[in-house]
Amino acid sequence: MTLTTLAQAVYVIAALLFILSLAGLSRQTSAKRGVNLGILGMGLALVATIMLAVDTSHRPVGVTLALIIGVLAVGGAIGAWRARTVEMTQMPELIAVLHCFVGLAAVAVGYNSYITERAERAAGGTVHLIEVFLGILIGAVTFTGSIVAFLKLSAKIKSSPVMIPGRNWLNLGALVVSFALLGWFLATPKHGFPPLILMTVIALLLGVHMVAAIGGGDMPVVVSILNSYSGWAAAAAGFMLGNDLLIITGALVGSSGAILSYIMCKAMNRSFISVILGGFGADDGAAAPGAGSAQPEGEHHEITASEVADLLKESSSVIITPGYGMAVAKAQYPVAELTARLREMGITVRFGVHPVAGRLPGHMNVLLAEAKVPYDIVLEMDEINDDFPSTDVVLVIGANDTVNPAALDDPSSPIAGMPVLTVWEAKHVIVFKRSMAVGYAGVQNPLFFKENTAMLFGDAKKMTEAILADL
Amino acid sequence: MRIGVPHESQQTLVAATPATVTKLVKLGYEVAVEAGAGTAARFSDAAFTEAGAAVTSADTVWSSDVVIAVECPSLERIASMRQGAILISQVFPGAHPESVTALVDAGVTGLALDAVPRISRAQALDTLSTMSNVSGYRAVIEAASEYQGMFAGQVTAAGKTAPAHVFVIGGGVAGLAAIGTAVSLGASVRAFDVRPEAGEQIESMGATFVQAKAAQQEVSSDGYARELTSEQEAATEAMYAEESAKADVIITTALVRGSAPRTITNAMIDTMKPGSVIVDLAASGGGNAEACVPGERAVTDNGVIVLGYTDLPGRMPAQTSQLYGQNIVNLMALLTPAKDGQAVLNMEDVVQRGMCVALDGTTMWPPPPVQVSAAPTPAADQAQSAEAAAIPAKPSLTPEEEAKLRGRRQLVGGALAAVLILLALTFSTYTFLGHFTVFALAVVIGYYVISGVSHSLHTPLMAQTNAISGIILVGAMLQLGHSNLVVTILAVIAATVASINIFGGFLVSRRMIAMFQKGA
Repeated sequence: MTLTTLAQAVYVIAALLFILSLAGLSRQTSAKRGVNLGILGMGLALVATIMLAVDTSHRPVGVTLALIIGVLAVGGAIGAWRARTVEMTQMPELIAVLHCFVGLAAVAVGYNSYITERAERAAGGTVHLIEVFLGILIGAVTFTGSIVAFLKLSAKIKSSPVMIPGRNWLNLGALVVSFALLGWFLATPKHGFPPLILMTVIALLLGVHMVAAIGGGDMPVVVSILNSYSGWAAAAAGFMLGNDLLIITGALVGSSGAILSYIMCKAMNRSFISVILGGFGADDGAAAPGAGSAQPEGEHHEITASEVADLLKESSSVIITPGYGMAVAKAQYPVAELTARLREMGITVRFGVHPVAGRLPGHMNVLLAEAKVPYDIVLEMDEINDDFPSTDVVLVIGANDTVNPAALDDPSSPIAGMPVLTVWEAKHVIVFKRSMAVGYAGVQNPLFFKENTAMLFGDAKKMTEAILADL
Repeated sequence: MRIGVPHESQQTLVAATPATVTKLVKLGYEVAVEAGAGTAARFSDAAFTEAGAAVTSADTVWSSDVVIAVECPSLERIASMRQGAILISQVFPGAHPESVTALVDAGVTGLALDAVPRISRAQALDTLSTMSNVSGYRAVIEAASEYQGMFAGQVTAAGKTAPAHVFVIGGGVAGLAAIGTAVSLGASVRAFDVRPEAGEQIESMGATFVQAKAAQQEVSSDGYARELTSEQEAATEAMYAEESAKADVIITTALVRGSAPRTITNAMIDTMKPGSVIVDLAASGGGNAEACVPGERAVTDNGVIVLGYTDLPGRMPAQTSQLYGQNIVNLMALLTPAKDGQAVLNMEDVVQRGMCVALDGTTMWPPPPVQVSAAPTPAADQAQSAEAAAIPAKPSLTPEEEAKLRGRRQLVGGALAAVLILLALTFSTYTFLGHFTVFALAVVIGYYVISGVSHSLHTPLMAQTNAISGIILVGAMLQLGHSNLVVTILAVIAATVASINIFGGFLVSRRMIAMFQKGA
């Protein structure tokens, strides 16, 4: 038994714990245990690594140990501070930042791996060089892509897609050039810095460009894709370091992100490729308003908060469909209070959450949980869609495209075929909205002009509070 | 501008109630109500005065800028109106073209409330719907009072009674209202409509939709039923005969553009039980039942009572007037965008154009056709098929063929990828192969594990995966102790950000998980 084999054994256990941790997240009841198992696995892996690092250190042990403790202290302090203070509405931004860190770490580890291996073994095998090259490439794309995603999500830059002419050719070109650079890199393994650095710059630009071309409402997909990339970056780092724990973890995270992206894409009836290529509404969306004929127009009915309160009092079944607007207005607390009040009055209240509501997969669920809405009344689209006809009142709070009947009725609509919450089948639909502006997809919503729909204009939070006051 | 509300000569209804007068005044109008206009509907003159109207003589009312009425006034009345004035009432321009001519001759602008196009946003103005709704309700009430039994079935100590069998013909507004009323009285209701799309609505009201396959029409483009072809007619007739023999009460509402097709022949009535009741809501168009006498209660030789009342809405004047008055308020709101008491007509608006039968001395009837948004537009389908035909290079495939093609493509792609991977792996090292095995298995495990994650936990899942992808810290830490300074610096950066990930990710997912609470 050497220290290395001990560490490897610990890594195996850590990897198993990570798998169990993710499995635990499948249900609310086991989720807490899942997180704790993950923490345990991470703790074990770190202890083993610290032992190994001290053992193999070229520098004095004290210095290495001090460095390790230093980075852990700094990272831990920043991480804990962010985790405690972050608002649930800002979760998408936090997640994006964390992705960017993984990307950055992967780039740094990749360079280090190249530097050390070059010095020690003169030239690593071709396979190793490819691993380094790919690890840095994925890491760099993740890094800048996540930064742009963060800036867009935190509204520091405009979230509308940035369209550069021939953008798909640019992306393709970047990949082709990177491939050529890989050839150069493999040909001159000892002096590989020029192609490596050039590729890094291209990859960084590619990350910026790819995410910049994707609009705000596609963010759930982008965040999931970046999640996936960050996993692949970690796996690539695992390959270059020959570390199975990193490979397993990276593969888990990578496939997790890939599945989430797939779920999101399916929920929007868009292909993976079309999201990546960016610019929702730029091609087909521009044509539809131009054709003009499909634009529904008509008269919407307005309703006041006190009328909504009266309507709610007389109903026996209410469904609330929240959207990103609820997060923006921070209306989840009054909504939760409204839910509690209605439930006290003996009214069935449930929530219908569309998979792409919000800017992050599961975003609405977290917001509602934060406001103490019991999770067993928060249902998915498929679970609740059949119940709308037997529902008295649906409150649409800050959702638009996810409740658009045009997705089902109008084959020429840019969002045609996207599964939506069929709220209009209920007896009454109340739409909380600031104005008659169109949603993210730029599509007019015929729901607003249906005769059983009434519009409640104003800030979602203030309006919900007004309804509460009138109950 | 002044709005005049005359006393209706033929009607118990009135075009405005105290409640709607208040709303008209709010729109900026002066309202003049003829003395005694609301008496039959139990609205006193005093109540109108209190609501802000002036109670005046007939002359003042008829010389107003806008006259609102329930029935189309007599030709003499129209001739006596001021030139340029607006008349808002039911006109039935199809059945009574002479009213339109009179309006044109008098230079009066005529807005026919019964000619509102059937589009969603015009529903608020649609008095036909209002009247039909009330008629449908009242028809059941009239039938119930004539019928010598209870509508609801009962099991009592004195024996069992069967529920009344009600057959409703026509699933329009009146038919649906009748179905709803009869169902709530406890009757067993069956209903038929030639438009297949009405079936769902009929069933939603609690009735059984009677099917007569051959008799079903295509979806109509304007929301109204059309007249039937001869085969359809034969099939329908057979079904009517069968249903009417079973029914205790028949409510027939079939009106096609103002005229009433024959649905219940005398032969069918002969098969009905004595004491059965037929309420003919199409009596105004001559009646659907052969035995119907418009406006009267008739009894056939075999004791079937046929009610041909044409004044059903007028039998509940207070509520009908209120609903009708609100339709008019909605129209006035549309005509008065500035809320300044000045009615402005906009002929670009489909709704206003559709209602307008006479404007500035010219005939505006009939209006250009309007497509209903509710029904799928056949025009779009045609356009699409035309488009499809225009691109012969792209042969259309059935879904199965397409799926097969896609399956084959996937198979080829998969095989190609497998060969490439196999080649790449063969030329790689043993260590790499070991790692790749681990990687491939981990991807598969990840797929199955993550697929089971509850949708509501996706955000915590992302935070959690963020945290564990901080495992890259392991790599960075091992590089910390390297003698090369650059390596150490890069490793410090990598380790720091990775540890932010680990701590931040785990803590935030714990925080989120703790928030999820099960309901009581």
